[in-house]
Amino acid sequence: MAVYNLNINGKVYKTDVAPDTPLLWVLRDHLGLLGTKYGCGMAMCGACTVHINGEATRTCILPVSSVSAAKITTIEGLSEKGDHPVQTAWNEVDVPQCGYCQAGQIMTAAAFLKSNPKPTTEEIETAMSNNLCRCGTYHRIREAVQLAATKMKQ
Amino acid sequence: MQKTDNSRRDFLKSAALAGGGFMLSFNWFGKEVLAADSAVAATTAAGDFAPNAYLSISPDGIVSIFSPNPEVGQGIKTAFPIIVAEELDVDWANVKVLQAPLDTKKFERQVAGGSGSIPHSWQRLRKAGATARQMLIEAAAKKWNVSAAECKTEKGYVIHITSNKRLSYGELATDAAQITPPTDVKLKDIKDFKLIGSTVKNVDNKPILTGQPLFGIDFYREGMLFSMIQRPPAFGLKLKSFDATAAKAMPGIVDVVSFKNKVAVVGKSTWEVKKAKDVLKIEWEKEGNLESTDDHNKLFKELLDSPKAEVRRKEGNVEEAFKNAAKIIESEYQCPFLPHNPMEPMNFFAHVREDGVELVGPTQTPANAQGQTAKLLNIAPEKVTVELTRMGGGFGRRLGTDYVLEAVEVSNLVKAPVKVIWTREDDMTGGSYRPAVRYRFRAALDKQGNMIGYTLRGVGINAGNPTRENNFPSGAVPNLLIDSVDHKSPITTGPWRAPITNFLAFAEQSFLDEVASAAGKDAVQFRLELLEKAKTAPAGPVRYDIDRMKAVIELAAEKSGWNKKRKGVSLGFSVYFSHASYVAQVGEVVMKKGKPVLQKIYAAVDCGVVINQSGARNQIIGGIVDGMGHAMYGNLTFSEGKPNQSNFNTFRLIKMNEIPAVDVHFVDNGIDPTGLGEPALPPTGGSIANAIFKATGKRLKNQPFIEQEEKLLEGIS
Ligand code: FES
Ligand code: FES
Repeated sequence: MAVYNLNINGKVYKTDVAPDTPLLWVLRDHLGLLGTKYGCGMAMCGACTVHINGEATRTCILPVSSVSAAKITTIEGLSEKGDHPVQTAWNEVDVPQCGYCQAGQIMTAAAFLKSNPKPTTEEIETAMSNNLCRCGTYHRIREAVQLAATKMKQ
Repeated sequence: MQKTDNSRRDFLKSAALAGGGFMLSFNWFGKEVLAADSAVAATTAAGDFAPNAYLSISPDGIVSIFSPNPEVGQGIKTAFPIIVAEELDVDWANVKVLQAPLDTKKFERQVAGGSGSIPHSWQRLRKAGATARQMLIEAAAKKWNVSAAECKTEKGYVIHITSNKRLSYGELATDAAQITPPTDVKLKDIKDFKLIGSTVKNVDNKPILTGQPLFGIDFYREGMLFSMIQRPPAFGLKLKSFDATAAKAMPGIVDVVSFKNKVAVVGKSTWEVKKAKDVLKIEWEKEGNLESTDDHNKLFKELLDSPKAEVRRKEGNVEEAFKNAAKIIESEYQCPFLPHNPMEPMNFFAHVREDGVELVGPTQTPANAQGQTAKLLNIAPEKVTVELTRMGGGFGRRLGTDYVLEAVEVSNLVKAPVKVIWTREDDMTGGSYRPAVRYRFRAALDKQGNMIGYTLRGVGINAGNPTRENNFPSGAVPNLLIDSVDHKSPITTGPWRAPITNFLAFAEQSFLDEVASAAGKDAVQFRLELLEKAKTAPAGPVRYDIDRMKAVIELAAEKSGWNKKRKGVSLGFSVYFSHASYVAQVGEVVMKKGKPVLQKIYAAVDCGVVINQSGARNQIIGGIVDGMGHAMYGNLTFSEGKPNQSNFNTFRLIKMNEIPAVDVHFVDNGIDPTGLGEPALPPTGGSIANAIFKATGKRLKNQPFIEQEEKLLEGIS
């Protein structure tokens, strides 16, 4: 076990866990940040995506020891009022079905749009295609990313 | 955006920290994360107007509508309240939607499955809203000393028409509670619907998009333990012995217990129990056949010729018809097992106490969870409470209660509140699959190209009856025989979104395409002719509505430009009636660099009245993406009883860059609504395969398509 002071969503969280514990389970079991989801545990689905120093990163295989000094943003911290352009676009397009994959989709999209504010449809597809949605909401996800891009321009 | 009650979710304690920022000292003890708002829904305050189980209005004007059915992503938690709110005549922005807990006295059929919730509840929900509205009107009329007939309602207000006096529902709530509920209320004319048929957003968008706890896996409770379970790694094995010494010595592990061929590790966190589970030493022994996919393939051939089939439907004289046929077409189609793979893996919380059992989690059948828990523990069902969480998908998997009962068993053994979590691997290899099936179709044509004979044999592995003997084209063919043979296997199977028809529809609609082309007929014309026969000279009972089926066929043909030739464009047709809804589809394929590219799928849908445009379209498009994904890529194979695929690295789900455009059209005929969770899926495989056949001359007969025609199909859209 080891003590970590994790910088998450602009706050410091103290936790005492085994160094190999994936960040996903630290967030969920130890810090009560439940928005980040478990889907596969092997970096194949994207449900567990957060931002590590601004980059979309899958946390299910990311040992907490490797992010002890990193700036971590989870879905809970993407915006204070839930009004990040990606979140409002997701609501306007009414993307979710079951909703389980959507936090990961949103975190992936938000990081992507930061690095590529004016993406083509193809670029959106490349960026988003490794986030699985079992309910098949891909059409709306694509549309919402496009909408978010126009919102961010304003 | 809907109001949601977040007070119970504010569970973080914060304290100022020297050096800037906040230190959050997080501690589960004394805290609870309530994943469902169903506990809130179970209580109403004094002074509230709660005329029935579906709604309550508080004096401060908040209208709460309770959705009793489990939300699995099908949108019921939005659709049900829309129906109530429409008849209640209230401003949707003032409606707070709450998930009701299981309550077998207040509600009937708290089930998510079979696309049956809407048809079952349509009238009930309308009546609930209309009754409350009538009582509010009467309360106002009494107050104003006028007759109820002089009053109308508008967006949460009762208005006296001539004087224009108005009182809000909140102001009337306490008085309305004193009115005797009318037994006979008038429902709105569907022409006057404002909310029903409009575009309404998912009521849980806010918590979903901001990552608030909603799902079963998000449920945490003070003192709760975590458990993962090792189940037999192959179907046909049972537990012989196990050694938990190493597992028990791992940090955070509280206990290792065993029940019914399973070994459960119990501990203080998910990761710790996962690591301990990995070091369990378990010996398994053979209990039944250890079957492989190769065995099944051989077996199918035998069963297709078996004399011991169960007859499902028989009309006329099939032998005669085939003897006299000018042409006979015969074809076989096969599909593999499929796991459900909801994005949220199986999990459930159980707390078995002296005085009763508390269950919380994702289930499509809470009443079964209650009943079977009671049976398992030999207690009265009333002693078992079930709170419904939002579900991260189900696709039929959560109709079962195996994973609920596991949580009950473990909690009972360790005498503590326990949440059992399945890893993805546990989930994918844990059984309850869509069964593998093979079909043999035969059709006899006379000289004019009329289908005078039709036979279908379905053979499956734990598939029960893999035919739907009363579906189209039954009733349209004078000589018909439909039968089936089932093989009992240790591999467990269960309902998978649009059970049986999820594959049967593809096989049948592809075969009818083969028959149409053998008869030299256009695919649409051929189907319409058959329907005409079913109407004018039905052979036996017809269990589908011929006119409704015709209408979707014609609408799909029109919208896709079926009769207009477009250069380089190949269209494939498919239509299916399932779960009381009718869906016709046209797949549109063009060739690019010698490969077929599926550009678009047109869908014409008759689900009666459309309740929510947004939710309905989401279900239809999702069903089509699901149908396409599994037809193209889904494959679960076995080696000696062990599934060969266990996670998304080996089991391929469809991705964003693989979807075609989808163009949805509704018939909207004002008929009472039917469900949409399933009906859009079945016709999908057929519309795709028939279009690919037109474009390439290659007939896809086995799913997944990608394995039959890998070179041709990789990168299809
Ligand atoms: S849970 Fe991390 S990628 Fe699937
Ligand atoms: S919305 Fe259900 S998995 Fe994406």
